[in-house]
Amino acid sequence: MLTYILRRIGLAGLMLFGLVCLTFVIANIAPSDPAALAAGPDAGRSQIENLRREYGLDRPLHEQFVRYVTDLVQLEFGRSVATGRAVGTDLARYFPATLELCLVAMAIGLLFGVPLGIVSALHKDGPIDHVTRIFAVSGVALPPFWFGLLLQLAFAAWLGWLPTSGRLSVFTEPMEPITGLLLVDSLLAGNGSLFLEAASYIALPALVLSFPCLAQILRVNRSEMVEALRADYIVAARAHGVRQRRIVVVHALKNAMLPTLAIIGLRWGWMMSSTVLVETVFDWPGTGLYAVSSAIAGDFKPVMGVTLIVGLNFMIANLIVDLLYGVLDPRLRSA
Amino acid sequence: MTAPLLEIRDYRLAFDTFDGTLHVLDGIDMAVAPGETLGIVGETGCGKSVLARSILRLNPMPPARVVSGEIRFRGADVLALPPADIRRLRGAAVAMVFQDPATYLNPLLTVATQMEDAIRGQDAAKGGPVRRRAAARDVAAELLAAVGLPEPRRLLASYPHQLSGGMRQRVLIAMALVGDPSLLVADEPTTALDVTVQAQVLALIASLVRERGLTLILISHDLGVVSASCARVAVMYAGTVVEEAPTGPLLERPLHPYSQGLIAAVPDLDRPEVRPKGIPGSIPSLLDPPSGCRFHPRCERATERCMVEKPLLRELLPGRRVACHHATAGDSPQ
Repeated sequence: MLTYILRRIGLAGLMLFGLVCLTFVIANIAPSDPAALAAGPDAGRSQIENLRREYGLDRPLHEQFVRYVTDLVQLEFGRSVATGRAVGTDLARYFPATLELCLVAMAIGLLFGVPLGIVSALHKDGPIDHVTRIFAVSGVALPPFWFGLLLQLAFAAWLGWLPTSGRLSVFTEPMEPITGLLLVDSLLAGNGSLFLEAASYIALPALVLSFPCLAQILRVNRSEMVEALRADYIVAARAHGVRQRRIVVVHALKNAMLPTLAIIGLRWGWMMSSTVLVETVFDWPGTGLYAVSSAIAGDFKPVMGVTLIVGLNFMIANLIVDLLYGVLDPRLRSA
Repeated sequence: MTAPLLEIRDYRLAFDTFDGTLHVLDGIDMAVAPGETLGIVGETGCGKSVLARSILRLNPMPPARVVSGEIRFRGADVLALPPADIRRLRGAAVAMVFQDPATYLNPLLTVATQMEDAIRGQDAAKGGPVRRRAAARDVAAELLAAVGLPEPRRLLASYPHQLSGGMRQRVLIAMALVGDPSLLVADEPTTALDVTVQAQVLALIASLVRERGLTLILISHDLGVVSASCARVAVMYAGTVVEEAPTGPLLERPLHPYSQGLIAAVPDLDRPEVRPKGIPGSIPSLLDPPSGCRFHPRCERATERCMVEKPLLRELLPGRRVACHHATAGDSPQ
């Protein structure tokens, strides 16, 4: 098991280096001149040249790369040329909001996707299976921005049950962040009303973000369960008198969870990057909004920072998935 | 003859598939007395395993569908039992040993978990108290020792992939013994094993049958395996029983043309100059099985009658039943 873990971590390290290279390349082939941008429209040629020297943009690419990597090692993400703020500070502020949104969305996806998948598999080709199939197809097919607007219209505008957008009401005194996740922080501070408020604000965007993820988990889990329930070892378990409930929830589900886990890892990465749309619709102050506004301004340091953070997150998620694979599957542990 | 432990009458089972209906079992008649050892032989795909699974209603329905017939275990019709009662049979009265221990053991659960679940599941089906895991584990260890596995405690903590094929099959046999069953159905228990291990597993099954007074149904495509362990043999072809006889007489003097072909196909080590003969043609499609006798397209003796009229099992000699219009008591092997 230990070698398995170490190997996975080693691979993750390699991938991280690849990711760093990639963000660097992307930033350098982007057709914009950050120095000219920072200097402003009225700046003269010499001013732009001065800025270029100051940022080190006149150095050869490999030197810039070495500097980029050494900065990253010291957690230095560079500065936004548009606002002059450190990208690291910005990320520390925006990333927890995105993380919270994704965590809640993934929790919804898992909590409903896995059980609905099991139920559909047990009633394969029955009415329940058809209903969940339609539900799942719409989950993948509905564009999130449109679905988000629809929910805002229904739950915020017409019913008035939930707020339209933002993370908290503008009249609420924001608390000093502990983890940056409002739901967690409010609980840690024992502030129940703040927790409820945060929950009401996150409900709609998390729902929208979770829908395609839920749909895919449901479908994959369903087909894997159908497959597992047909397996020889399930026939044997039934012949040996193992209880039906135990067969479904342990003997079959454990086998079905292996491929489902892989999908969960992929979906997590997809979620992290697709928050852009949801954050825009719900005015959610996360990395998606931050990245988009920076990209429009041609400000490449924040975009690189967000890419790195999202990529890193994806990698960590996949590392966790790999480790869970090891926990679930004894064959991997001894391999 | 005492009242049969298991009695199958005119059992027909079909599978509904996208391509049409597969007529898998076509009027099976069979009876097994307590303490008897019955072998079922036939080619792959003749319906042996489906028949075995029918006894515990393990075929998935749908696609499987019972067309007619009954399967009586101790007089009660298994096909009509409510689900709760069928669960009480599984493992406790009728136990199964399966073909490939690599796929019939759950790869993600330890031997202990799988055996404990079987023990506790049967407890629950009986409606009595369910043993705790620790108690169930003690029982499991005893059973593993009873099937000749060393270090049962260590074995319990292992996963199937850590065991050899022979050990896995012994584990599956131990699991079959959990409920102290009266009928053991072994479905090709040695097919996936090395030849040397095959002999050991057969010897184990034989000794369990002796010591525990088990009734045995042993299914195999291998005449040698069946003849070594069973007193009586039923020969199956394309979903029907074509001949049923005590093992010795059947091997010496098969009456049905298919049984004759099967036996002629086994190489004779004492007479190497005689080349084993195959049966011409191939297994018929069960989507559209031949009319009349299902064997007639491959049979040298087929006549018009065989294409129209399905031959029923009839007692030709004492204890010997054959389903062939042309078989006579005086038939001799080729």
